[in-house]
Amino acid sequence: MTKWLENHVPKLVLAPSFVAILLFVYGFIAWTAWVSLTQSRLMPRYEFEGFGQYVKLFSTPRWDTAMTNLAIYGILFIVISMALGLMLAILLDQRIRVEGAIRTVYLYPMALSMIVTGTAWKWILNPGLGLEAMVRGWGFESFTFNWLIDPNMAIYTIVLAGVWQSAGFVMALFLAGLRSVDGEIIKAAQVDGIPHWRIYTAIIIPSMAPVFLSAFIVLSHLAIKSFDLVIALTGGGPGYATDLPATYMYAMAFSRGNLGQAASSAMVMMAVVFAIVVPYLYSELRAKHD
Amino acid sequence: MKTTSVLAASAAVTCFALPALAEPQAEVLHWWTSGGEAKSVAVLQEEFAERGGTWTDMPVAGGGGDAAMTALRARVLSGNAPTAVQLKGPAIQEWYEEGVLADISDVAEEQGWADVLPEQLAAHMKCDGNWCAAPVNVHRVNWMWGNTEILEANGIEMPTTWEEFNAAAEKLQEAGITPLAHGGQAWQDATIFETVVLGMGADFYQQALVELDPEALGSDTMVQVFDQMRTIRGYVDDNFSGRDWNLATAMVMNGEAAFQIMGDWAKGEFLAAGKVPGEDFTCAATPGDGFLYNVDSFAMFDVGGDEDKVAGQNLLAELIVGPSFQETFNLNKGSIPVRSDVSLDAFDMCAHLSAEDMAADAEAGTLLPSYAHGMALRGEPAGAITDVVTAHFNSEMSSDEAVEMLVDAVANAM
Repeated sequence: MTKWLENHVPKLVLAPSFVAILLFVYGFIAWTAWVSLTQSRLMPRYEFEGFGQYVKLFSTPRWDTAMTNLAIYGILFIVISMALGLMLAILLDQRIRVEGAIRTVYLYPMALSMIVTGTAWKWILNPGLGLEAMVRGWGFESFTFNWLIDPNMAIYTIVLAGVWQSAGFVMALFLAGLRSVDGEIIKAAQVDGIPHWRIYTAIIIPSMAPVFLSAFIVLSHLAIKSFDLVIALTGGGPGYATDLPATYMYAMAFSRGNLGQAASSAMVMMAVVFAIVVPYLYSELRAKHD
Repeated sequence: MKTTSVLAASAAVTCFALPALAEPQAEVLHWWTSGGEAKSVAVLQEEFAERGGTWTDMPVAGGGGDAAMTALRARVLSGNAPTAVQLKGPAIQEWYEEGVLADISDVAEEQGWADVLPEQLAAHMKCDGNWCAAPVNVHRVNWMWGNTEILEANGIEMPTTWEEFNAAAEKLQEAGITPLAHGGQAWQDATIFETVVLGMGADFYQQALVELDPEALGSDTMVQVFDQMRTIRGYVDDNFSGRDWNLATAMVMNGEAAFQIMGDWAKGEFLAAGKVPGEDFTCAATPGDGFLYNVDSFAMFDVGGDEDKVAGQNLLAELIVGPSFQETFNLNKGSIPVRSDVSLDAFDMCAHLSAEDMAADAEAGTLLPSYAHGMALRGEPAGAITDVVTAHFNSEMSSDEAVEMLVDAVANAM
């Protein structure tokens, strides 16, 4: 009996969540895929129509803007967050005093929700209220910093707020990575008289490859899912200059009454996530088989 | 329980014929949750209770009704639709096409709606010839609000053409005053756009924004519309992005800006701040002839033959269009009654002007549905036009380019 329990309890305990995930994640992915192939408007209709929604999607200028913005935001957000996070981690790794307090300061933005971050930056970047008004108040009358209302620059304000939010988290990941490198190797290198920066570039950073990968995966899915930050910071504006795929999907599904179009944009978003995650999973699984 | 149901039934029977012994019940989904609006709904709720009905309130705030529509969709999909839902314009027809609306023709005929409602407005309340929704009010969208003190100080009259408006704006700019208070949100850009289109002629508006005639959309007149939009862009302050409409109204109130182009819900803001029409602020139609209306209404959903709910639906419809609710509600909301037989004695000069214009424009055939507020078009083409309008207004795009985009976007959304 105990033998039987030992064998089956794990399966029994896992079964409900397995069923739930099967239905509520994969089931609804399948449902969305089906709806994206119909002409559904306000309510889902299930007559198959073909790929019309996708053709329409890719001929919509607003979707082009959303995808371009995703590329700009995604790349800059990931690269800058990682660079800044790594730099902060290396600096904190120098056995400085009050490291704990400083670490908390940098990690703290992560404790805020994106809505709070977005709203705070909206006020900071608002030309009439924030930075620009303040510097002008100091007497620099010609100072302008109006990215928030400039349709060509507004997307970079989202990068700015996103990086501010996430860099501390990346720092914590990297700090853990740095601390886990074998101290013996570093000591050996120091004995050999290798300069400090070379120890980092040639030994520590290369041995942190898995941490880079996790940071990249976490940041990239944050970037693709970004919705609340845009809504709070710019509301997708000026015009639709800062639309991202997620805000496009929301507008189609909930404001425009066009479920088919929303579903097709959701499927494209998922394809983008897959394009990033599948190679990662593949490399992970292959590593285990070896 | 027994006595209340008898009372309710007898009350109902004395007013108009209802299925015997039904106890009116209504679950009402709406997004009137802000101060004045919530008060107005409470009035309806009281009247409903007085007549023996049981009201279940279902307010869903947020996203200008988006959140309520999401809730509605979930309820309809689960086969449990609310009795009445705040819906307007072509959205009523869209839900009708999903086959979920009820027929309230009995009440409408009983109450003689056809005689008191303007024909154009009544058409929105009918689905395939049967009444399926009850109208609440008429907002006029093409209003221009002015700060009287600023206008007098600069010797400016309310403009009657866009040229006059531009001249007035130049003058104000020289005097260091922001000519136009505006909030850079897509629907507000669209509101200005439609008034400019109307300024080019009611026929042009009809062709371009109601019939979506590709020739009108791609015409030289439309190029001029976008030229004027670009000119107007120069008259707003630098800080307009994302500003809410009521903050823009406050700018006119506080003398930071001279004009605002906004529907008459802006009047509610002025009145709430204790400003007097004609003294502190003034109202005039935007340049050009015509009346762009935005009619709020309640659509009645199919409740599967449940007698109590059907009775509730009928009672609700009767009360909504009834003269006493029409007066109380519209005094709070800034709009005018949808019935032509309600006395306007308690209303202010802007409401009087609105009512007179509505009657005259209905006669002249220039009473037109607002596109920016979801009265003229379905969600998709309306959204496609708004995308182009707001993209043009917030960038350096040329008018020709905008017109080209407009034609493509509308064709793509059909």
